[in-house]
Amino acid sequence: MKAEQNEQALLKGLANNDSKAIETIYKDNFNMVQAFVLNNNGSYDDARDIFQEAMIALYEKAQSESFVLTCQIKTYVYSICRRLWLKKLQQMGRFSNQIDNLDETVPVEEDLEIHEKRNAEFAIMDRAMKSLGEPCKSLLEGYYVKKMGMQELAEEFGYTNADNAKNQKYKCLMRLKKLFFSQYNIGE
Amino acid sequence: MDDIQLLAAIESYLAGEMNPQEQAFFEALRKKTPEIDQMVVEHNMFLHQMDSYVAYQNIKHTLHHVHQDLVETGDLYEGGEVSTKVQVVQLWNRYKRVTAIAASVGGVIALVISGLVAFFSPVSGNQLQQLSKDIEIIKRNQQVQGSLINEVKTKIPTGVKIVSGGSGFLIDAKGFIITNAHVLKGTSAIVVDSKGREFNASIVHIDNQKDLAILKINDTDFKPFKSLPYGIGKRNADLGDEIFTLGYPRNDIVYGVGYLSSKTGFNGDSLSYQIQISANPGNSGGPVLNNNGEVIGVLSTRQAQADGVAFAVKSKNIHDFVEEAKKSDTALDNIKIPVRANMKGIERKQQISRVADCVFNVKAFSQK
Repeated sequence: MKAEQNEQALLKGLANNDSKAIETIYKDNFNMVQAFVLNNNGSYDDARDIFQEAMIALYEKAQSESFVLTCQIKTYVYSICRRLWLKKLQQMGRFSNQIDNLDETVPVEEDLEIHEKRNAEFAIMDRAMKSLGEPCKSLLEGYYVKKMGMQELAEEFGYTNADNAKNQKYKCLMRLKKLFFSQYNIGE
Repeated sequence: MDDIQLLAAIESYLAGEMNPQEQAFFEALRKKTPEIDQMVVEHNMFLHQMDSYVAYQNIKHTLHHVHQDLVETGDLYEGGEVSTKVQVVQLWNRYKRVTAIAASVGGVIALVISGLVAFFSPVSGNQLQQLSKDIEIIKRNQQVQGSLINEVKTKIPTGVKIVSGGSGFLIDAKGFIITNAHVLKGTSAIVVDSKGREFNASIVHIDNQKDLAILKINDTDFKPFKSLPYGIGKRNADLGDEIFTLGYPRNDIVYGVGYLSSKTGFNGDSLSYQIQISANPGNSGGPVLNNNGEVIGVLSTRQAQADGVAFAVKSKNIHDFVEEAKKSDTALDNIKIPVRANMKGIERKQQISRVADCVFNVKAFSQK
């Protein structure tokens, strides 16, 4: 009972991007995933990528209000990593058919599908942001990522006043939207 | 309505920043025109995307950091040799309690000692900076101007070490110079006038308490002046008096201007004035003159943490000091300090050129 509450608290921390909670989950699970990847034709870097991918999937899941984890974090993370790694091996044509380590797993295919869809969306956004060019990129990042105020942005980017900066921001936003949706709609 | 305004309206509508009236109007507009409705939906979805994109970036960032941290603390192992950094971190983790205790004991001891030192030592230490030149500075100047000095055949005896330096000025036309006691750390001195001529001088009287000293030029090259252009004032100067000074923060004479900012010196010291002037090491011992060309003090120290705050020993003390000196040394009996200045009302440039002749660069040295 206590362990369960503990896990819930950890997931809540993860959802809030709390580095203490993330560190705990990391410490509890990383070595297991690393061992699995290393034992199955993977490198240290592969292990890290796979584990972080799984953490992001868990993060996405933990963000939805209705979310209740029906198994231990350990099992879930392991299942995701296993799935992801098998997929990667297949892609690389290195699949040896005989994966070691038949630990307990839970079905995660659906979750992974959602996760991959989101990943694709993020990749589109990422590309759109990157092809946006300066100063638009920094301006939008300032506003949406760093949550800076219009006045602050005007000062930082040398606009004469907040209204000018705001105007510029909308121009940039329109361009970003255009770039994003041109990709996004193709994807649909 | 152009696109930007429309976008701005949609954004504030979605953020719930509109007032009820605007909102009602906008909703009506939305119902009427399907294009706008479409845009709102689209923008809402886009903002949502942005939000999760930002969150995604953030979590990636955190994960990266956590990973890096854990590798550094040795909780994760990523192949290769365990770096010395990791070993150090691990050792640190193991012994940090012991280290913390040792460090705090050390800290307490250091605090106690520094407290005691601070309690027993005089205040002036670091807050006041004496404006005598550093040996280093002089050394450097000598290096820079080495060839020059060699050419003119310096009168500094060979094999001696210059220990301190500063400025000084004549108080008697026959060759008596007043300067600060702290300028004269050595046993003997030479003085250099504004034209670069050197004269041997001896220290005839020194008073560290008052921070004043008298030098006598003992050199056949020195031609006594007929009279001095300035007088040494006896009365107190007034707040706000404009003042100027001449001194040798470097090997050439330097002019500075300022005003009298307080009738007392550091920590209420009634023997000196506070003046606002830019003073540098080497200005010590220089005269502080008012507009009439009357010496009102001897520039001596500056406040280390404050800009432009300097202190000058009041000129009245020069009189007292010389009287005292006369009592102990009859050779000084013939010092006659001029009281009246004869530069009243003349142009500053001329005042300077006349005063400059009487201000000397003092270099004190001691035999090795």
